[in-house]
Amino acid sequence: MVPPALLAKRRRAALRTAAFLSPWLIGFAVFFAYPLLSTAYFSFTRYDGFRPPAFNGTANWSYVFTDYPLFWPALRNTLWLVVVMVSCRVVFGLGVGLLVTRVKTGAGLFRTLFYLPYLAPPVAATLAFVFLLNPGTGPVDTLLDGTGLPAPGWFTDPGWSKPALTALALWGVGDLMVIFMAALLDVPKEQYEAAELDGAGPWARFRHITLPNISPIILFAVVTGVIQAMQYYTQPLVAGKAAAGVIGGSGQQFEPGYPDKSTLTLPQLVYNLGFQRFDYGAACVLALVLFALSMAFTALLMRRRGGLTGADA
Amino acid sequence: MTGRTRRTRRTRRTGGRAGRRALLHWIGVHALAVAAALFFVLPFVFLLLTSLMADQQALTRDLWPRTWEWGNYAAVWHTPGFLTWWRNTLLYAGLGTLLTVVSSVPVAYALAKFRFRGRRLALLLVIAMMMLPPQVVVIPMYLFWARELDLSGTLWPLIVPMAFGDAFSVFLLRQFLLTIPDEYLDAARVDGCGELRTLLRVVLPMARPGIAAVALFQFFAAWNDYFGPQIYASDNPAAWTLSYGLESFKGAHHTNWNLTMAATVLVMAPVILLFFLAQKAFVEGVTLTGVKG
Repeated sequence: MVPPALLAKRRRAALRTAAFLSPWLIGFAVFFAYPLLSTAYFSFTRYDGFRPPAFNGTANWSYVFTDYPLFWPALRNTLWLVVVMVSCRVVFGLGVGLLVTRVKTGAGLFRTLFYLPYLAPPVAATLAFVFLLNPGTGPVDTLLDGTGLPAPGWFTDPGWSKPALTALALWGVGDLMVIFMAALLDVPKEQYEAAELDGAGPWARFRHITLPNISPIILFAVVTGVIQAMQYYTQPLVAGKAAAGVIGGSGQQFEPGYPDKSTLTLPQLVYNLGFQRFDYGAACVLALVLFALSMAFTALLMRRRGGLTGADA
Repeated sequence: MTGRTRRTRRTRRTGGRAGRRALLHWIGVHALAVAAALFFVLPFVFLLLTSLMADQQALTRDLWPRTWEWGNYAAVWHTPGFLTWWRNTLLYAGLGTLLTVVSSVPVAYALAKFRFRGRRLALLLVIAMMMLPPQVVVIPMYLFWARELDLSGTLWPLIVPMAFGDAFSVFLLRQFLLTIPDEYLDAARVDGCGELRTLLRVVLPMARPGIAAVALFQFFAAWNDYFGPQIYASDNPAAWTLSYGLESFKGAHHTNWNLTMAATVLVMAPVILLFFLAQKAFVEGVTLTGVKG
């Protein structure tokens, strides 16, 4: 038998917890659980937003995977971004982080300069890069001419648009730099000194001391990078529109993924299907694909030791 | 710090060859740093230079303005709609940040410091929401705001949800609150404070750096948001934000790179200014997302 006083105390504690959590509990129900269930339901219906949704089995699913011409190009692009852009960002971020911990004169200034581009709003940064890399008139072309190197078409060439987006992503590497910098400064100094006494060169020290010590952070950077790559939306969309010279907001039709579908990403397809073609059912199929991919990689992130949540949870 | 002084002292003592090697190392590292700095800074420089060129020159390969057209900035500023976009962005980012902080702090406090059944599950769900791309739930959300509440063409569908706890902010604040020792809370409780008073009087002052970081992140997220305004406000230019309006500005002035770049500078400048005003809180926040925990 639980004494009534204790019972009342427990009820008060539960009420108090619920009160503190209430904003999020409401948010969870209204902005997460309900729309997620609706999305799952709509994916099995024909729905244009005007007539009520009509059940049509797996028709949307087979349409997206077999007949929708933009799905596989977008998936291939996303895979390219996951493999190339994410690894470039991690390697470059680690390199810049290492550099910043080695700099002795003007370290604060260099750190700030390296970090600043990360803060540039994505639309602004993308427009700036479309201009910088504009074939013929962009400053980068002018500089390349000076070196005698051939200048590619960047955002106007299907083979170069993703490398151009990668350059933009490397410009904004400041977040990874700060994370790696903190991790590098946490490596115990004694280990380096001991290795130096044993005659280990710089590469051996990096390979056998630095890398093992920061490997959890590298994993964190890779997995969050993959999640970001799957959600990559604003930069490829704005780059495609700006390079195509399309007037935004005027209703003019824009060929998605300009040039030649090379900047299409999965989130853009949700917009294309839902808000340009008003095929909400098929858009919801893509939303669920995106959901499954994001959650799979989030689960991977959580499995690292201690997880995202700290050792106690 | 200590490692650095120790190393220089040793260099000085050994002198000669080791000293020369240290010097070469210094030169190599700093040359690399300067090269990297050029990569990070030159885009800003070209951006600024182009924004000050005359219309004709901006279409050439010139890097340096022949005449300095400061009037470009005035022209952008007086573009119809530009001031409205500013107002909308400030409303979205300012009010949204305020609502996020007010609604996320109690949730984060409960997740960090209360013991209750389902705490682990709640935390997992917060992380799931944090990692969820906005596109996943946008169809039902759009139908809800546009059809049920008739709020499309405004920014309210983006602002109102922030009054119900933002997952990323909750998570970040929880990580920060974990670092506050329980002894402080127990002391407040012994003094007869209820949980709300403990939160307001004891926890809030100590959590100020965490709250500052969350507020900055949220402000930037709203400032940079493109997808949200595209979904809810694209039909109504009076509700556009800077990030959304900038893209259409490029479309309308697609032969005027100088004006587009001036507008780009005007959209970048406030966030960079804000960064310099709150540099410490910001870098602390970035570190918090990755390393602690």
